[in-house]
Amino acid sequence: MSRTDRAVDVLVVGAGPAGLAAAAHLAAAGAGRVEVLEREQEPGGVPRHSHHRGFGPRHRPTTGPRYARRLAAMALAAGAAVRTGVTATGWAGPRTLDTTGPHGLERLTATAVVLATGARERPRSARLVPGTRPAGVLTTGELQQAVHVHGQPVGSRAVVVAAAGADAVARAAVDMLRTAGAHIVALVTEAIRGPLRSPSHRFPVLTGSTVVELTGHGRLTGVRVRGDDGRGTLLDCDTVVFTGDWIPEHELARSGGIALDPGTRGPAVDTTLRTALPGVFAVGNLLHGGEPAVRAAAEGRGVTGPVLAHLAGTDPWPGGGVPLRVAPPLLWVAPSRVRPDGPPPLQERFTLRTAERLPAPVLVVHQDGRILDRQRLPHTALPGRPLHLRARWTAAADPDGGPVHISVMSDSRQSAVGGPPILAV
Amino acid sequence: MTVTTSGGLPDRLHDVIVVGAGVVGTAVARELARHSLRVALVDAGDDVGNGTSKANTAILHTGFDAVPGTLESRLVREGRHRLAAYAEQSGIPVEPVGALLVAWDREQLATLPALAAKAARNGYHATRLLDAAELARREPHLGPGALGALEVPDEWIICPWTTTLAYVTQAVRVGVDLHLNCRVQSVTAGTHHELSTSRGLLRTRYLVNAAGLHADELDRRLGRQDFTVTPRRGQLIVYDKLARPLVGHILLPVPTALGKGVLVAPTVYGNVILGPTAEDLDDKRATGSSAEGLETLRAKGGRILPALIDEEVTAVYAGLRAATGQDDYRIRAHPRLRYVTVGGIRSTGLTASMAIADYVTGLLGDAGLHLGPTRDLDPVHMPNIGEARPRPYQRADLIAADPAYGTIVCHCERVTRGEIRDALTSTVPPGSLDGLRRRTRARGGRCQGFYCGPAVRALFEDGHR
Repeated sequence: MSRTDRAVDVLVVGAGPAGLAAAAHLAAAGAGRVEVLEREQEPGGVPRHSHHRGFGPRHRPTTGPRYARRLAAMALAAGAAVRTGVTATGWAGPRTLDTTGPHGLERLTATAVVLATGARERPRSARLVPGTRPAGVLTTGELQQAVHVHGQPVGSRAVVVAAAGADAVARAAVDMLRTAGAHIVALVTEAIRGPLRSPSHRFPVLTGSTVVELTGHGRLTGVRVRGDDGRGTLLDCDTVVFTGDWIPEHELARSGGIALDPGTRGPAVDTTLRTALPGVFAVGNLLHGGEPAVRAAAEGRGVTGPVLAHLAGTDPWPGGGVPLRVAPPLLWVAPSRVRPDGPPPLQERFTLRTAERLPAPVLVVHQDGRILDRQRLPHTALPGRPLHLRARWTAAADPDGGPVHISVMSDSRQSAVGGPPILAV
Repeated sequence: MTVTTSGGLPDRLHDVIVVGAGVVGTAVARELARHSLRVALVDAGDDVGNGTSKANTAILHTGFDAVPGTLESRLVREGRHRLAAYAEQSGIPVEPVGALLVAWDREQLATLPALAAKAARNGYHATRLLDAAELARREPHLGPGALGALEVPDEWIICPWTTTLAYVTQAVRVGVDLHLNCRVQSVTAGTHHELSTSRGLLRTRYLVNAAGLHADELDRRLGRQDFTVTPRRGQLIVYDKLARPLVGHILLPVPTALGKGVLVAPTVYGNVILGPTAEDLDDKRATGSSAEGLETLRAKGGRILPALIDEEVTAVYAGLRAATGQDDYRIRAHPRLRYVTVGGIRSTGLTASMAIADYVTGLLGDAGLHLGPTRDLDPVHMPNIGEARPRPYQRADLIAADPAYGTIVCHCERVTRGEIRDALTSTVPPGSLDGLRRRTRARGGRCQGFYCGPAVRALFEDGHR
């Protein structure tokens, strides 16, 4: 089994927005040989086949494919090598990856590895939706590629299933299905308020509803839905698209022994995007899934300083730091490790998600029963949408203490939800 | 080589027609192909192995727990040795993982010696009792409360799809006709059988019924009412490959009076399966999963291997076993009708398939079919879709000779363009994307097509143009 050994300074895995932005800025900053591995034939990641506008900076929105091309061009112009059609198949050492491509097998050793493998939507099976296994059951990612990359026909009557907070992606799926000539039978969402209220979208929105069965042999014939009143409806359709419900593509990280955060199921990183494995960083939707491309690209940019410090050898790889933990209804926080003497996270804030709608919540940060900070959010926090916690409290954390907990105190009741009883403040 | 999926059928008198191209029907066709006979294999589906054979627990059994003295006990024991050797020769993925029957209470623990004695009556003597400490060493991720186990080292895991494909490939290569999308509607007996099918008439001197779930219906068309097939649904959950390190053996339940439990087992593709349920149904098309079934499996699986339930689910499927209300196979020759029924082949059918084929061929001979001399078939080398041996994406030699083996199309399962091309041009090519998945694993991984679905579909459709 002959493999070619090669060394690079920085190896970036994944040429989506985060990986390309990291590569562009690292190459421009003189990080040496920066190489990006992309298993697909084209760079760009998910935006490659997201044809709606809304990518890039808010004042200058563009389509996904244009945005993807722009990021790839930036990385190349800065001097990074972008190698498409090459898959990182596993680890041969702490910063050594085995690859497969049409030119053969390689073993690449880097001084720094940046994992930017992105996220995918959970398919029907992972959502444990019962029923038969007919054709016509898709995710948004598959739908977009079928329509825009391959020009394949989709069905004629479609149901879109939106996970909590998946408004944008459900809207993209609806547009795509209409482009492909399909009639939208209904949009089904567990959320109490529907994500698509615009009068330009004329189709039923079934809120508070769950898909309980798929029917049909060979081809899908229907989707059985149960409302929160317990009543069932069989929607006659030949296509169903499951949208949202992102899960980080964390398999390479995990197979390298990198600890995951239990909430995000992405690698647990500190505020400088370092994983627990020395020399290995993680950026983008691998960390949390489902954030907008600009956010992923910002993390890619944000890893530049920490990677350069690591390459210069001036910054020894720190220990684990203090883990951050969230209490229900909060689902996760990223980054999820903090060093009190370390730098703040990107934009000096942490990103969180909630499972429930929280009107004007107060976030309470506490460690070993000691309150480090309380922050009132000026708006309602919604499932599937990011909420942010400012990082002004990190220096107050005890580096030798227990985990730092973040819980929610609902404004109306003035009592902690899901937090420890000591929080009766 | 003839494989047809549409159009008219050849107007010739066959020596034998085998109805049903599952693992049993293909094994019988392969065995008959060793004789100079004119044989056709027909199936209502668009692919071989498209019924019960594609949706089982994929275990190569020892037969240790069969009812001693039954035909099943004998054929499983013989078939296991033959299939293990055939798999080695043909490149069918197999892993010798062994099984542990785990006792979770005193009653189950007390049953283990009796199970070992039953195994011995079935001619299997390699079982061994493990105490709780050794069990914990062997399976460190088991849930609390496991008291001990009976080890059955020769229960292995195997690829059921490749097995069926290997049989049919060899059969077709030496001249057996395979007609798919060909549903038998009625049978007229006379000097020969006339089969009226959805694609026209077929004539044969001898008939083999390997119709699986539908074997009782075909039997009735020949005037036999020996048994009724009740579909017994088994739902299974396939967990992500990242769960594979959680389990080393096939973890079998100890059968008790209260019914059967579920098993947890690795697969040759590197996943972990949990199941099956056992639900007696009326509908032979009820291959859907149910919320209750999945809930039951997750609850039971969580007790056996708690960490498994936190892993991602890759797929859920349900298969229908052909239960006939009797603890044995229903293989019966009707010499006057020149007809052999191969019914009631339960979950052990994959293991026993080669021995069943041999037995059925013998019955045909006894019924008057002149078998003539036997010939050796050219060996078949099946594409490796298992994890125990290097896959094409790991092989520098293959990629150097053909870069298509270095171009990964399905990322979750690491299936290359070269493998997909090979499957599309193989002796028995897939008739659907699901058939392509069973031959290559493409689209069968954790993303279920999010990344590669349309690309695989495009390759499939190009291959059919």
